[in-house]
Amino acid sequence: MPVLEIKNLDVKFSTRFGDHEAVKNFSCSLDAGQIHGLVGESGAGKSTIGSAILGILPENAQITSGSIQLNGREISKLDNRAYHRLRGGEISMILQDPQTSLNPLLTIENHLVETILQHQNLSEEQALEQAIGYLQQVGIPEPEQRIKQYPHQFSGGMRQRVVIALAICSRPSLIIADEPTTALDVAIQKQILSLIRNLAREQEVAVLLITHDMGVIAEITNTISILHNGHNVEDGETPDVLGRPQKNYTRNLISAVPRIDRRLDRFSGLLEEPVNGSAAEISHTQTKEVARTWLLENRSASAGAKPQSLEISDLSVVFSSRPSLFEKKLEFQALNRVNLTVRAGETLGLVGESGSGKSTVAKTIVGIHQAKSGNMTFKSRNVDILRKRKRDDPTRRSVQMIFQDPYSSLNNRWKIYDIIAEPLRFYNLLDGGTPEDKIVSAMIELVGLTTESLYKYPHQFSGGQRQRIAIARALVARPEFLICDEPTSALDVTVQAIILNLIKDIQDQFNLSILFISHDLPVIRQMADDIAVMKAGEIVEYGPSEPFFTQPQHAYSQGLLADIPSLDLLGPPGGIAEDRP
Amino acid sequence: MFRFILIRLAQSIFVMFVVSLIAFSLFRFVGDPVAQMVGQETSIQDQERLRERLGLNDPVPVQFVRFLRDLGTGNFGFSYRTRQPIGEMFLDRMPATLELSFVSLLISLAFGIPAGIYTALKRGRFSSSAMLILTLIGVSVPTFVIGIFLIYIFGVQLTVLPTFGRGETIAIGWWKTNFLTVEGLRALVLPALTLGIYQLALTMRLVRSEMLEVLRTDYIKFAVARGLNYRSIYFHHALKNSMMPVITIVGLQLGGIIAFSIVTESVFQWPGMGLLFLESIQFVDIPVMSSYLVIIAFLFVIINLIVDLLYFVIDPRIGSATDSQI
Amino acid sequence: MWRKIIDGTVENEFLYYFFRSTSALVSSSLCLIILLSALFAPLISASNPYDLTTFDLLDSLTPPFWEEKGSSRFLLGTDDQGRDLLSSILYGTRLSLAIGVTSIVFAVVIGVSLGLMAGYFGGRFDAVVMRIADVQLSLPAILTALLIDGIARGLLPASEHDRLMFFVLVVAIGLSLWVNFARTARASTFVERNKEYVQAAEIMGLPKWRILLTHILPNIMSPLLVIMTIDLAIAILLEATLSFLGVGVPANQPSLGTLIRIGTEYIFSGEWWIVIFPSLMLIILIISVNMVGDFLRDVLNPKLK
Repeated sequence: MPVLEIKNLDVKFSTRFGDHEAVKNFSCSLDAGQIHGLVGESGAGKSTIGSAILGILPENAQITSGSIQLNGREISKLDNRAYHRLRGGEISMILQDPQTSLNPLLTIENHLVETILQHQNLSEEQALEQAIGYLQQVGIPEPEQRIKQYPHQFSGGMRQRVVIALAICSRPSLIIADEPTTALDVAIQKQILSLIRNLAREQEVAVLLITHDMGVIAEITNTISILHNGHNVEDGETPDVLGRPQKNYTRNLISAVPRIDRRLDRFSGLLEEPVNGSAAEISHTQTKEVARTWLLENRSASAGAKPQSLEISDLSVVFSSRPSLFEKKLEFQALNRVNLTVRAGETLGLVGESGSGKSTVAKTIVGIHQAKSGNMTFKSRNVDILRKRKRDDPTRRSVQMIFQDPYSSLNNRWKIYDIIAEPLRFYNLLDGGTPEDKIVSAMIELVGLTTESLYKYPHQFSGGQRQRIAIARALVARPEFLICDEPTSALDVTVQAIILNLIKDIQDQFNLSILFISHDLPVIRQMADDIAVMKAGEIVEYGPSEPFFTQPQHAYSQGLLADIPSLDLLGPPGGIAEDRP
Repeated sequence: MFRFILIRLAQSIFVMFVVSLIAFSLFRFVGDPVAQMVGQETSIQDQERLRERLGLNDPVPVQFVRFLRDLGTGNFGFSYRTRQPIGEMFLDRMPATLELSFVSLLISLAFGIPAGIYTALKRGRFSSSAMLILTLIGVSVPTFVIGIFLIYIFGVQLTVLPTFGRGETIAIGWWKTNFLTVEGLRALVLPALTLGIYQLALTMRLVRSEMLEVLRTDYIKFAVARGLNYRSIYFHHALKNSMMPVITIVGLQLGGIIAFSIVTESVFQWPGMGLLFLESIQFVDIPVMSSYLVIIAFLFVIINLIVDLLYFVIDPRIGSATDSQI
Repeated sequence: MWRKIIDGTVENEFLYYFFRSTSALVSSSLCLIILLSALFAPLISASNPYDLTTFDLLDSLTPPFWEEKGSSRFLLGTDDQGRDLLSSILYGTRLSLAIGVTSIVFAVVIGVSLGLMAGYFGGRFDAVVMRIADVQLSLPAILTALLIDGIARGLLPASEHDRLMFFVLVVAIGLSLWVNFARTARASTFVERNKEYVQAAEIMGLPKWRILLTHILPNIMSPLLVIMTIDLAIAILLEATLSFLGVGVPANQPSLGTLIRIGTEYIFSGEWWIVIFPSLMLIILIISVNMVGDFLRDVLNPKLK
C-alpha cells in the first residue's frame, strides 16, 4: 500500500477576478522510503499541493474534488481537529528557509523535546535522550552541548539539519520538503540532499520534494511529476522522464537548464514567453534600424584584434564601519589585490559564493564604492577609482549595469516610458536628431516587448519582462560595457534561458563587452569567454573559460565544480528537438 | 552584554543632558527670573543683589553646571507662585500621580493583553469584531471626554462614586496612599478608568497586530506542521514572541500615562504632579514647569532602561552577536 | 449586489478594497461631510458665534428644540452666552480641523525631510537626528504641546498670545508629532535605499536631492499616508485636549475642546446639551478619521494582505 496516494485532486482559489484553479486533476502515489519530486516553475501549483496534503491551505482556497489518501485513509475531508492529529505523527514538513523556521526565543532542546513529548509517551529525560540521538543522526557534532543553544547560534546549513531532526523526531510516514535547499550554498545543498536521501532510506519515510531545481530532482528523487499551470504534464520514474521526455513542455524545461558539462551558443527549443498585449510579431525592420544607429553610431570603430575594454589592477577595497560612537572602527577587507581584464566584445565570468566580493567588484567599477588602492582603465583611459566618481565622468554613461532582482531594480511608481527615457534626459543624449519617443520605442521592441508596455507600471509585468525592461534601460544610454550582476538568479529556468539568449544576441549585435557575475557555474559556462573565481575577496583562479571547466587548477574551483548536482540523467540539450517523433 | 548596557546608559544620559539643557534655558531665558521672584516695590539695588546671590551674573555655562549640580542633589529651586521649594511640592504630589498611573496601567494590561490575544486568535468572530469596534472607540474618544461622561453617569445620574479629589488617604512616612481606605479606593475608580481606557484600547490593538504578525511566521507554520497542540503554539510559541514589541510599547505607554494624567487630574481635580504642572503653566511658573519636564524625562528614561534589561532577559539574540556561528 | 457590481467593474486594487469596505465607505463619507460643513460653516450656520452682536444673553442656556423649553431657532440649544450651539459646533469643527491639518503639514515637512535624509545618508547625520528624536520621544506629545504653549505664554504679551494662539498650537502639536514621520520616513528610506533602482540612479550620477525626491519619496508614500491619517486624529485630539485644559484657543473663538470645557461647568446643573453635543461631534470626527486610517493601514500594508 502506498504511503500517499492522491487521485484527481482539484484545488480552487477564489479571488476577486473569479475562481482560479491552482491544481487541476493531479494524481500521484508514493511508497515508503521513496522520494517523489514535484517540479515546476513559479505558479505551477506545487506548493499548493504540499499545503493541501498538510491541510494548511489559505482561507480562500479549497479542495473541490479528488482524494488524498494517507496510508489508505482518506484525509482530505477531515475537519481541522482530526487533521491536526495527523500532523507530526504521520505527516511532517521541512520549509525552505532555515533562518525563519525555528523560534528564535527557544533553545533547540525546547523545540525537540516538546515535539517528541507531543507524540510519544515518554519522560522528559527519555525525550531529551532521544532528541540528542536525532541531532547525532542528522550530523550535528557535540549534540549534548549544542542542544542547549538557540537557533541564532547555528549556521544556515546546521539549522536546516535541526529542522530535519524536528521533522523526523515525531516519526512521520510522510515528509513534505518545500524547496529545502534553495536558501543554501551549493556545497551545503549537496550535504543536506544526501542527508534527506539517507534518512528516507533508513527510516522508511516517504518524502515529497517540492522544488524548481532540476539539479536537485536529478540528484535524489526516485519518481517525479512535472507541473505546469496546475496540470500534471508528465510523471514517472525520474530517469525516464528526464532522459526521454514525452511532452513539449518537459522538453522545453529540460533544454532550458544550463549544463555544467557543455557550452551552447544559444538555448534552443524554447517556447517563447508570452508577450503582454497582442502579437509577439514586433521586429519591424524600421525600429531595428533606429536601434542599430542609436547604439552603433559615434562608436569609435575598434580596429585590431580584441583590444582591452576594461582593465583592473591591484584593486583593494576596505569597508570600515563604526557600530556606535563608543566603539572602535571595524575594518573589513572586501577585496584584496584583484586583477581582471575584459576584452572588447567578450564576456568575463566572475564566480564565487555569497560574500566572496564579486558584487563589490561591480560596484567599484561603477563608482558606488571607492577603492583603497588600485587602478582601472577603461578603453585605455585611466579612471579614478580612489575618489568619488565625478558626475560627468564618461564611464557613467558608457558602463551600464543590469541588476539581480528585477522586482527592485525598477522604480514602481514610474511608467516604463519614463524609466527608459530617464538616461536619455539625464545624459542629454538627444541633440535634435531622432525624437525621444522613437528611441524609447525602438529600445523596448529591441528587447522583445511591445510599445504598449511603455504606458504601464512595472508591477504589471512578470519577472522576465521586467528584466527585459531593465536591459532596455541599460541600452538606451548607448553603453559599450555591460555589468550583469546575477541577472537571472531571481528568474524561473525557462525565463532565464530566454534572458540569457537575449543578452547574447545583444552582445553580438552591438559588440558589447560584458562582466557577467554569478554564483551559478553552469550559467557562467554558457556565457563566459574568460572566467575568474573569487573567494574571500581574492581571485583564486583566472583564465580562459573552456579549459577551466574541464581541468580546474585550484582546489577550491575543483570543489565548486564537484558540488554541482549531476545532470547526467537529462538527455542531451541540443538533441531533444530532433528526437521528437 | 556590558557594551549593550553601556551604550543604552550613555544614550539615556545624553537624553537627560539635553532635557536639562531645555529646562535650564526655559528657566533662564523665558522671562526674567528676578522680576518674577520679587514684588513691584523691590528696589533696583535689591534686585541686583538677588541677581548676584542667585549667580545670574555668572557666565551661562557656569550657571548651567550649577543647575545640573542642583538637579543632581534634588534641589529644584523655588516656585514663583507659592515660594515653596519645588522638590517638596513634587514629592508631596508624586504618590497621587504614581498610584493613579499604576492602577491605570494595571487596568490596561490586565484587560488589554487577554483581549488582544482573543481577537487575534478568534479572527472574524462576532465577539472579536465587536471588541475591535469598541477599541476603535476607545482610541478615538479623548480622555477628558471619557472623564466627563463617567462623571455624568456615576457622579451626576447615579451618584455612586466620588468625582472630585483623592478622598481619604493614609500616610506611610511621606507617602500618602489611597490603597488602604475604602474612600480612597472609591475615589480612585473613576480617574483610573478614565486614564486606563485609552491605554487599554491601545494595548489591545497592539497585542492583536503583533500576535497576528507572529502567527504568520514560518516557525509557527512549522510548529503547526509538527502537530504541537494549539495551546502550546499560541501561548508558548506565539505569545512570547509577540510580547517583545509589546514590552517596548508598554514602556513608552507608562511614560504616556504619567503625562496624560495631566488631563485626568485636571478633570477630577486629582492633586497630583500633572495638576501642579497645569497650574504652573497658567501662572507661567517657569521653575515648576522646567522641574516637571526633568522629572518626567527622568522617569521615562528609567522605564526605558528597565525595558531594555527585560529585552535582555527574554531575547537570547541580544548581546550575543559575538558568539561564533558554527 | 453592490459587491457583485464592484467585482466586475473596479480594476484599481485600492479602489476595489475601498468600495468593498463598509467601514471605509461610511467613515470617508462622514469625513467628507464634516470637512464640507466645516469649510462652508459661514454659509450654512444660522449665526456667527464670533460676532458678539448676533447673540443675546436672554437666549442663554436654551435646551435643544425637542425639549420642553426648546426653541426651533436653536436646534441644539444655546450656551451660557446665548450662542447657537449648532453654529458654534460648526465653527469649532472648522477651527479644530484647520489646526489639526496645519500642524500635520508642519510635522510632515519637518519629519519627512529629516527622516529621508537620515535614512539615505546614514552615519553622523542619522545619529544626530535619531538622538534628537530620542529626546523628543522621552517627552510625551501632550507634555511637549503644553510646554511650548507655556513658553509662548512666557514670551508673548497676553494680547499677542491670544492672537497668535493658532500658530502656537500648530507649532506645539506639530513639534510633538514630527518624530513619527521622521522615524517612518527613515525606516522606509533605509529599505528603499538598498533597492537596485536607487543604485541604478546613483550609478547614473543623479544628484542626491533628485534621487530623494523623484525616486525614494514616491515609494515611501504609502506608510507615510497611513501615519498622516492616524496622526491627524491625534492632532485633533491634542488640540481638543489643550483647549479643554484652557491653554488652547481663546474662549471667544471656541474650538470643540473649548466648547466642552465651557459645557463641563454646567454638567452638574442639568444643562447637559452644552457638553454632550460638542463631545459627540469631536468623537464622530476622530472615529471617522481613525477608521479611514485603519482602512489605509490594512490596504497599504502589504504584510497584512
